[in-house]
This record gives sequence, structure tokens and C-alpha cells, in this order.
Amino acid sequence: MDTMIPVDRGGPAQPLLLASGLRKHFPVGGGLLGRGRKVVRAVDDLTLSVAKGETLGVVGESGCGKSTVARLLIRLIKPDRGTMVLDGDPVDEPHGITVNELRRQVQMVFQDSYASLNPRLTIAETLAFAPKAHGLPAAQARERVRDLLSKVGLDPNNYAERYPHELSGGQRQRVNIARALALRPRLVILDEAVSALDKSVEAQVLNMLVDLKSELGLTYLFISHDLNVVQYLSDRVLVMYLGKIVELGPVEAIYGNPQHPYTRALLSARPSMDPRKRTKEAPIQGDPPNPIDPPSGCRFRTRCPFAEEVCAKLEPALAETGRQAVACHMSVAGSGHSKAVAA
Amino acid sequence: MAIQTPSLELGAPLVQATAAAAGRGYWKSVARRLRRDPVTVICAAVLLLLVASALAAPWLGLADPYKTSMLRRLYPLGSPNHILGTDELGRDMLARLIYGGRLSLFMGVTPVVCALLIGGLLGITAGFVGGRTNMAIMRVMDVFYAFPSVLLAISLSGAMGAGTENTLLSLTLVFIPPVCRVSESVTTQVRGFDFVDAARASGASALTIVRVHVLGNVLGPILVYATSLISVAIILAAGLSFLGLGVKPPEPEWGLMLNTLRQAIYVNPVLAALPGVMIFITSICFNMMSDGLRAAMDVKA
Amino acid sequence: MSDLLQVRDLHVTFKTPDRTVHAVNGVSFDLKRGETLGILGESGSGKSVTLRSILRLHPEHRTRWSGSIRMEGDEVLDMGSRALGDLRGRRVAMIFQEPATAFDPVFTVGHQIAETIRRHTGKSESDAWKRAKELLELVRIPSPAQRLKAYPFEMSGGMRQRAMIALALSCNPSLLLADEPTTALDATVQIQVLLLIRELQREFDLGVIFVTHDIGVAVEVSDRIGVMYAGKIVELAPVEKMVDAPQHPYSRGLLASTVHDGMRGQRLEAIPGAPPDLAEVPTGCSFAPRCKFVRPDCTTAPPNLRATGDSHLVRCVLAETAVAA
Repeated sequence: MDTMIPVDRGGPAQPLLLASGLRKHFPVGGGLLGRGRKVVRAVDDLTLSVAKGETLGVVGESGCGKSTVARLLIRLIKPDRGTMVLDGDPVDEPHGITVNELRRQVQMVFQDSYASLNPRLTIAETLAFAPKAHGLPAAQARERVRDLLSKVGLDPNNYAERYPHELSGGQRQRVNIARALALRPRLVILDEAVSALDKSVEAQVLNMLVDLKSELGLTYLFISHDLNVVQYLSDRVLVMYLGKIVELGPVEAIYGNPQHPYTRALLSARPSMDPRKRTKEAPIQGDPPNPIDPPSGCRFRTRCPFAEEVCAKLEPALAETGRQAVACHMSVAGSGHSKAVAA
Repeated sequence: MAIQTPSLELGAPLVQATAAAAGRGYWKSVARRLRRDPVTVICAAVLLLLVASALAAPWLGLADPYKTSMLRRLYPLGSPNHILGTDELGRDMLARLIYGGRLSLFMGVTPVVCALLIGGLLGITAGFVGGRTNMAIMRVMDVFYAFPSVLLAISLSGAMGAGTENTLLSLTLVFIPPVCRVSESVTTQVRGFDFVDAARASGASALTIVRVHVLGNVLGPILVYATSLISVAIILAAGLSFLGLGVKPPEPEWGLMLNTLRQAIYVNPVLAALPGVMIFITSICFNMMSDGLRAAMDVKA
Repeated sequence: MSDLLQVRDLHVTFKTPDRTVHAVNGVSFDLKRGETLGILGESGSGKSVTLRSILRLHPEHRTRWSGSIRMEGDEVLDMGSRALGDLRGRRVAMIFQEPATAFDPVFTVGHQIAETIRRHTGKSESDAWKRAKELLELVRIPSPAQRLKAYPFEMSGGMRQRAMIALALSCNPSLLLADEPTTALDATVQIQVLLLIRELQREFDLGVIFVTHDIGVAVEVSDRIGVMYAGKIVELAPVEKMVDAPQHPYSRGLLASTVHDGMRGQRLEAIPGAPPDLAEVPTGCSFAPRCKFVRPDCTTAPPNLRATGDSHLVRCVLAETAVAA
């Protein structure tokens, strides 16, 4: 019997992870005693659920808060507000589970394969760290390390005693994935986990992620700026802009019939793979604004070709439209936007 | 002599550093690079010789370093039975220099070790915990930093009175802030690496994370820095003795010897300079060794 | 004979006390005015080293170059420091991945552009500032007069990249070298910068060498694409041919393993293994250990770059059969 395998409690219909109203603002510079400080609104009132066994993709540009979401969900950062429920159990609340129990079931893979491995530890030591910290005896931990290495396609006899600098980028990222699996989690958060890899190696790791998911019955939260990779891997996709969800829905809907102007811009900003159909015009101009002082109302309005008065006044709520949920005044009947259907 | 904080690239090469290194293990590659650096090897050998002779002084068949003689005062170098001459009270210089190494080296190493324990602990705590704890610890250190180290040592020794123990105590106090500051900054850097976050995300306790992931990565840079402080400590201790605030006569100690021999500077300048030469050699060896260690640990170079 | 740049059998090796790295092992290509050559390769393929060698940017004491790089007929590898200074910045300009490294943080953007113009052309202070303003307009930076007075850190990433392009174009170079200039940018900004480079290239009839690891980016900007692997160009072809009918197994693998639309649910065709260690000079084809079409003669001698069709070069013993197939 292995006490470290968490059991499914709520059944398949209950979301594995439910986060509601998560908010994180980081104070920046100035104000010795906290007065007159500015804040980066990294994540603002974010609500999401991850179903058991699915892959939820999160896309967005730098500064949209996607990495903060990852760190909030695994509680490397404490949210200012908001609640989390893991398979029916509230996290960090009187009748719920502790943050430590959350971390046993939710693990994370980081982008930088160098920085996320301790250079002074062998691969075996790195992989055994978490199981040992949770009280697994040394002999069993050694067995677990061998098992983990074979799972990620590295020969234990060859790699266990090596140091990180003796591995290639792809091999290091495999070790990072193995470490995330060491506690036998149910949800793995992959934060730009393949972004730093070369394309030919990226494909190897993506194939492996697909295999591991079905073999171990995992659920993924896949965060990336690469729309193609997110499309390849995800069942549902969440698009973020400046700390807010702008669109959320099944992958076919988001890619096939994007509703939010930002999603559309993001999709058509992808370089064309056909030299005869090169991009003629950039879908939107300018850079994403600074998250320190996001625009009022709809945060995308400063770059949106359809922005109107109502967009500056009122923040659009995430509303269901057809197959996906969109936060745009144009999609809400009677919102006051000229392109919206009258109420 | 000011205590310099090293430029804080110490932690930066940690991660990339090891990337280029071939061979097994980080420390082995450091040892391999050290062996290929003749300056560091020579400095280490000289220091080893100094320490060994100081420790073994009673068994080296030397003259009694306390035995004075009114007849044999200020013999020049190369005199029969007194290779390095005699001092102003007719004591054998060779014996006094070697015996003097015992106290001088002890005064150099002890305060640094004590400061390393206290300052290192404070600094690693401040760096790892961060936030208000960091603020509290580091601002206190800044207060000490505001005084020039030499003045601080002199005023502390002056207030507590002369003597070996008080000198050690004042030197330790002088060295805690710089060690603390270096420890804090390397720890802050290491704490920023994803592997520390990964360890936190695995639910390990703070103490385990510090033991497994932080110490191994910060001890090296801190130790290198501490090595460079030893030479400062020797010089400060010698300075205090010279001013009469440190070791009391007739104990042989390089700084004190320099003080008492200064009257002889017109009679026999070479003789008067000998304790200074010892201080110079020792401190430069510690400094060069610290530089060599730093270079060997920075694999990027 | 209207070649702007001619690179012949370029070899670049770096010496460190620990080892010798053979970064570039015999690269040859030509570039005409008004043409964009995309160099596509993964990390360690030697694409950046090739590019930087054109300006001899590597530290002289650790780097050994051999072969020939002719810029408008002048041999770069033989240039003295004065000719090299004239080459860098005036005849050939370069833009980098991280614009922060191209600008000095303590001076305003306008000051740095004007300073460069004055150094290379000897214009007066006010003329140089006027030209700097024109350049910012040229790269479509909004309210350029204000932006001239901005410090680099006050600009967003995309804006800084535009300013760096302005700086690069300040002395009317005939060749622009671009080292992954859009890699650090967001998707919606990347496409803007790519389009800008394409436009400016046409407007000024520039020769452009665009180094990237991203196939999509290379396809957007290039007329021809050279694929590099282990310090060699393994395939060089017009962009349409490269996309439609890549012939080298590595180029094919690279295209097949790049995720794009409509691959959902399919297994990706990954290239097994990892790129070779550049400390050793291989006896045969560098790609042979990872190649699924490997034959005994692949490992005996390095294959030559051979033409398999109109301006299509492939470094593979299977090239001809591939053409027939």
C-alpha cells in the first residue's frame, strides 16, 4: 500500500481544481511605509475550473499573468483574495486541506531547465528529495527514482548519478517532469515547460507528455505563449490579457471560431507557414500596456480596433456565447456597443 | 584597511557555472582547476608551512622566545645562533616570529570563524526568509556598517580594555556585518532559482530546503569571502596590538613585535621590518588563495 | 557578379583552456542586394556564430577564422581595425535579440542614434538629431520627437526593438544582419516587427541575413532559407522549395516536428537524440547518428553540398534519390 497516491473522491463530474475570484496584486517600488505605492495587477478576479483528466491550455503574452496563475494555484504565492477547492476540499481553510496536501496533489514544471535543477545535486538526489521529505524510506525512494527515470525515457543506470550540467536541455526537462511526478500528483502545471527547447526536442517531450498523461491518468494545466503547441495539447483553452480572462472554451471553438478581438488578433499574428500566403498586415498595433496601470473598463480597448465609449466605462464580464465564454461588450446583447445585438 | 564587500557576482555563476564543467561533480572540477593554478597552490603551501611551524613551535628546537639578554640586544640578521638576529630585549627573533605566528594566526582565524557562524546564520536567515525579518536583520547590520571597521575595532577594544579575549570579541563584532551582508545576498540569489521554488512546491519544510538546496550553493561563495577576511583580521589584530589595545607584552605577536621594535628602526631597519614581512606574506597568501578559490569556483571564466 | 556578400568555406573555432569548439565547419553562401536569406537552425547549430563572424564580433584572441568573407569584394577576415570599424555600423548593421544590450541605459535613445550618425557621417549635431527623428518615423514609432528624449528602459519591448532597427539603419548600410530579433517579443508584436523589417528591406534594397530558430518566422521574411546543423549548411533553397519539398532528412524532420494547425491528436514526428558535441570533428555526416535513412557510407566521409535542382543545394548522400522520388 502506498499512502502517497491520492484517491479520486468526488467522481469524474466534480472538477479537480476550482479556483474562484483569485486576485494577486504586487506592490512595486516607492512608498517606504506602503503609502502611495503602485501595484502590478498580475491576476484580477480569476475564476477557473480544471476537469479531471483534461488538459486546460492557458495562452497570453508576457505580463498577462499566466505564470502568476501557475504560482497561485500551487500556492508558491499567496493570493490576496479568492478561494481554491481541490476535488471538493477547500484549500487552506478550517474544514479543508492544508497547502501541503494541495502540493502533494498539484505539481509544477518550470520553464528554465537549468535554473530549476540544483546544480550541486545528482539527478537521483533531486528526484528523491520530495518523496524523502514526505517520509518515504531511502530504499523505496531509490526504487521510485529508477521508476521515474524510466517513465521519462532516461535509463536509470546511465542517468541517476549524473549532475544537471552533464545533461542536454531536453534531458534536463525530462528530469524536471520526472520530479513533478515524484509525489504522484493528480494535476501537473506545465509553465512554458517546452518553450525553451529546440523544435526537434520539443516534439519528443510533447509526445512524452501525451503518453504520461494517459499512462498515469494525469490532468494538465498547460501554460504557453506558443499557440500551436497549446492547440496541439489542450482540450480547453483559456486566453488571458493583462491579468484577466478574455475568452475560455473548447479548443475547437477558440481556434475555429474565436470571438474576442484579442483572441482573433493573437491567432492571426502567428507566422504563416506558407510563403505564398504571407501575413500582409499586423492584426493589431502597439505593445501590451503596462499591467501597473491597466486601462479602465475593458483592458484590451487601447489596442482594440472596435473600441467604443462603453468599453472605457464598463468592464465586460465573462459571458457564455455559444460554445465559449467571452469577455467583450460586442458579444453581450444590449451592452451599448454598436456591434452588439440589441437587447 | 577597509573591509570590502566583494562584487556580488558570487551567486550568479552558480547555475550556468557548472554547465561547462566536464567530469564528475562540482567540487571535483573545482579541485581540478585549483591544481592547475600554481599561484594558489604556492600560497596554500606557504600558509600550510606557517601554520604547521606555528603549531609545532615547541618541538622545533628553537630558542626560548621569552628569554631576554641585555648583552645580545639587536643582533643583526645572520648572527651565529640567531639566524634572524635578536630584538631590543635580546630575544631570538626566529623563535619569536614562529611563536608569534601562533597568536597572530589564531587572532586572524578565530574572529572570522565566529563571525562566519553568527553572520552566516543571520545572513542566510535574512536571505531565505526575506520580508520583515530581512529588513530587521539587515538594517541592524547597516548601523554597524556605518562605522569604519578600524575605528570600530579600536573603539570596541578601547572600551573593553586590552587583552586577547577582548581583541577577539571586538574583531568578531567587526566582521559579522560584512559576512552577514554577503551571506544574505548570495542566499537571496539562490532563493530566486526555480529549484528552490520546486522544492517548496514539493511541500518540504523550510529547514530541509535550506539544508539540501540552499547551503550547498551558498557556502562556497561565503567561505571564499571569509578567507579574504582572514588577512584583514590578522592586520587589524596586529594594528590593535601595535596601538597597545591587543595582546600584552611579553607575548610574541607580530603586531606587538612591530610596535616594540620600532625604536630600533634607525639601528637595524631590516630587523624592525621582519614582523611586518610576516604579516605581509600571510595576508597576501590568504588574499591570493581567496582569489584563486573564487576563480576556480566560477566555471564561466 | 552583383553579390553583396560572399562567404566561402568559413570555419570558426573557439579555444578555451578546457576545450576547442568547432562552431562553424565550412559554410558557403552568397547574398545579393535586396535579398533576404533566412538561416534556420537550433541552438548550437552555428547560425549565430556565422552571422557574427561577418562583423568579426568574437573575441580575437580566442577565435580562429578561416575561409573567406567578402563584403562588396572586400575581404573581412583580412581587415585592419580601421576598415573593420567602417564595416561595422556603416556598411553592415546588426540587430539583436535583446535590444537592451544594444542601447546604453544611461543615455537617451535620441542621443545614441545621433551620436552614431555623427561618428560615421560627420554631420552637425542638429542635422544628426533631425535624421534621428526621421529614422524613428521610418520605423513607425509614434510621436518620435518625444521618444527621442526617452531612455531605453522607458520604452516597451517592441518599441525598443524598433528603435534598435532605427539605430541600425542610421548610416544607410547595404547589409542588415538580424540575430533572432523577434524571439523575445510577444506574438502580436513579433509580427509587427517582421513586417517592418520586410518593408524596410524593400524600401532600401537591403541585403538581409535573418537568423532564427522559428520556421514560421523564417518563412515570413526570407527569399531563401539555409538550414544549419552542427556548423554546416545542410540545405539551401528558395523558401517555397524548402517548405514544399525539403530534401535533407534533418530539414524534413524539423518541419515535421514543428507543431502547427491540424496536428491535434496525431503523434509528432520527433527527431530522436540530441545535436552532437562540437568539440569533435565528425568523420562522416554529423546528422548520421540521428538519421533514420542512415547508410554505411554516411559515416565514412562528410557529404558534399550538391545541387539537386535549380538553386537547391543539399548536403546528403541521398539527395539525388530524394529528387527522383
